[in-house]
Amino acid sequence: MRIVRLGLKSLLLHKLRSSLTTAGILFGVASVIAMLAVGEGASKETLQQYRDMGVTNVLIRSKKPEETQQSANASSMWSVLGYGLLYQEADRVQNLLPQGLVVRSREFQRGVVHGEHWASTMIIGTEPPFLEVTNMQVREGRWLTELDMQRQSNCVVLGESLARQLFPLEDPVGQTVLIGVEDRFEVVGVLEYQGRAASPNGTTLDECAFIPLTSSRRRFGDTIRNPSTNRWENIELHEIKVKMPGPEWVESAAGVVDLMLKPAHGNKKDTEITVPLELLRKEERAERMFSLVLAVIASISLLVGGIGIMNVMLATVTERTREIGIRRALGAKKKHIVQQFLVEAGVMATLGGLVGVGFGMLVPLGIEEYFEQPTDVQPQHVLMAFGISALVGVVFGLYPAWRAANMDPVEALRHE
Amino acid sequence: MTATTERPIIAEFVDVHRHYVMGKANVVRALNGVSMKVRKGDYLAIMGRSGSGKSTMLNILGGLDRPTIGEYRVGGRDVSKLDDDALSDVRGREIGFIFQSFNLIPQLTVLENLEVPLFYQGRVGPESRKKAEHLADRVGLGKRLDHKPMELSGGQQQRVAIARALMNDPLFLLADEATGNLDSNTEREILDLFDDLRKDGVTIVIVTHNPRVAERADSTLWLKDGQVETLVDNRAVAATGGQP
Repeated sequence: MRIVRLGLKSLLLHKLRSSLTTAGILFGVASVIAMLAVGEGASKETLQQYRDMGVTNVLIRSKKPEETQQSANASSMWSVLGYGLLYQEADRVQNLLPQGLVVRSREFQRGVVHGEHWASTMIIGTEPPFLEVTNMQVREGRWLTELDMQRQSNCVVLGESLARQLFPLEDPVGQTVLIGVEDRFEVVGVLEYQGRAASPNGTTLDECAFIPLTSSRRRFGDTIRNPSTNRWENIELHEIKVKMPGPEWVESAAGVVDLMLKPAHGNKKDTEITVPLELLRKEERAERMFSLVLAVIASISLLVGGIGIMNVMLATVTERTREIGIRRALGAKKKHIVQQFLVEAGVMATLGGLVGVGFGMLVPLGIEEYFEQPTDVQPQHVLMAFGISALVGVVFGLYPAWRAANMDPVEALRHE
Repeated sequence: MTATTERPIIAEFVDVHRHYVMGKANVVRALNGVSMKVRKGDYLAIMGRSGSGKSTMLNILGGLDRPTIGEYRVGGRDVSKLDDDALSDVRGREIGFIFQSFNLIPQLTVLENLEVPLFYQGRVGPESRKKAEHLADRVGLGKRLDHKPMELSGGQQQRVAIARALMNDPLFLLADEATGNLDSNTEREILDLFDDLRKDGVTIVIVTHNPRVAERADSTLWLKDGQVETLVDNRAVAATGGQP
């Protein structure tokens, strides 16, 4: 303790020099922590998105094919564009993957009206297992049932924000809404808030209305006008979700589906297979790479801090040659001199490290506040940054300390 | 004279040579067969012109340098072959250094400066503090323990340095031109302090080129060309009124 106090005292002899050197380490440590926190925060959001899609799921979606010149010319307002997945393909998927839980859905855009409240949103015609496969919870009322499917009943489950929009004051369950112009649907349930996307176009699950797939086909058919392109499109299914019993099934299942779809869709490129698990792993790999790059950059800034320490310590040793001589004459061994200068370097590095940790944890807070960018300060990153800074102090203090210890005491005493 | 021979020898040179190799073939013989003894209670001055080997002798006496040939015994033990750590221990425990330019450590207080020699022996604590206070009192600086060296006059700084040299209860004090940086009044004060210490039984070896300093010692060892020229008993000289 005494040696640390004496080290501090020596550092205070040159306040500006010592504090500038300490600042070098401070900014190094702070930048390591802040950079890693920002990186971690950004990828955490993406990772969560992929987790929400379900790591045991394989998602097969219909995709509008890219229009060739020829087809663009041929198409007119009244021609029908047909593409995407078919009911019979869903059956084949189920046959090929008997372990999988297959859920079909059809999506379209419609206005939903209740009294004077109105919203244009995405209607999803789907089946009861949709709830399990997407891992959603019902807040109020009930979800769609097999009976609804068989009866092709006009019942609807509303997403959380859609329910609030249409029923700002009343309880929606048991009320009737108008979908499109003439179709009345009874609200049988409201979902819990989900806060994630329902489809690649960015509509959230909370804005959607869910109806039985059979009712959707009966009331609205397969050929529906796409309001954004104003074209008629014939699509049987937008999506087939397959939930496999475990993550280890996912890859082979995706391979089987890909082989199955290739003959019919390979050329048209109107389907797309997404494996959330694969995306998740890819993102995790990318994140590791990103963290590594950040760590290297950060280490360089700490290295620069370390060079600063070494520079100052070398100057200090030269300046205090006489003091070293005095101490040696009064009985100091080489190890005592090494210890003394190492402690000084260590104190600068540790002090810089400590303040840097504080600073490095504040910066991400600021980034979250002003740039609305999620960040995540991981305790192991903080420890790592601090550890490296202390290590830098010792490593870069070692050579100056060694030089000090190996001075000839007689020469050192003669030094002016 | 019988009393002198009975006192134990605490430092002894036995045919000490110290040679420096300068360049390829040039050997400087700074000390060339010096033998001498310091007994407990002695007050010895070492004199000589510059180049006579004074500084080399001081360095070896202080354990900062080693003889090329010959033995240097401290407290009966040959220390000329010791390694760096062991020699550091000898400096720290057996020898009390006093330098011409005081050599206090500027960033430390008087108290902390006094504790430096004990610090390296792991003996800093309430006892060392008590001892430092006692010695500071003894040299007349009991109220300056918390001052920095810069806040003291030259004479006061040298008093602190003398107190520091006494902290480890050394076998002898080794002073290098201890009054060289002081005016004549302060010089007298410091030499009076040496006389006081001497009366208390402290052994003092002082290296100087100043006759006024040397004549206060009991005896003066004259060096010339790296050899002992003569050993003068100052008291005998004084008794005969300066006529040998």
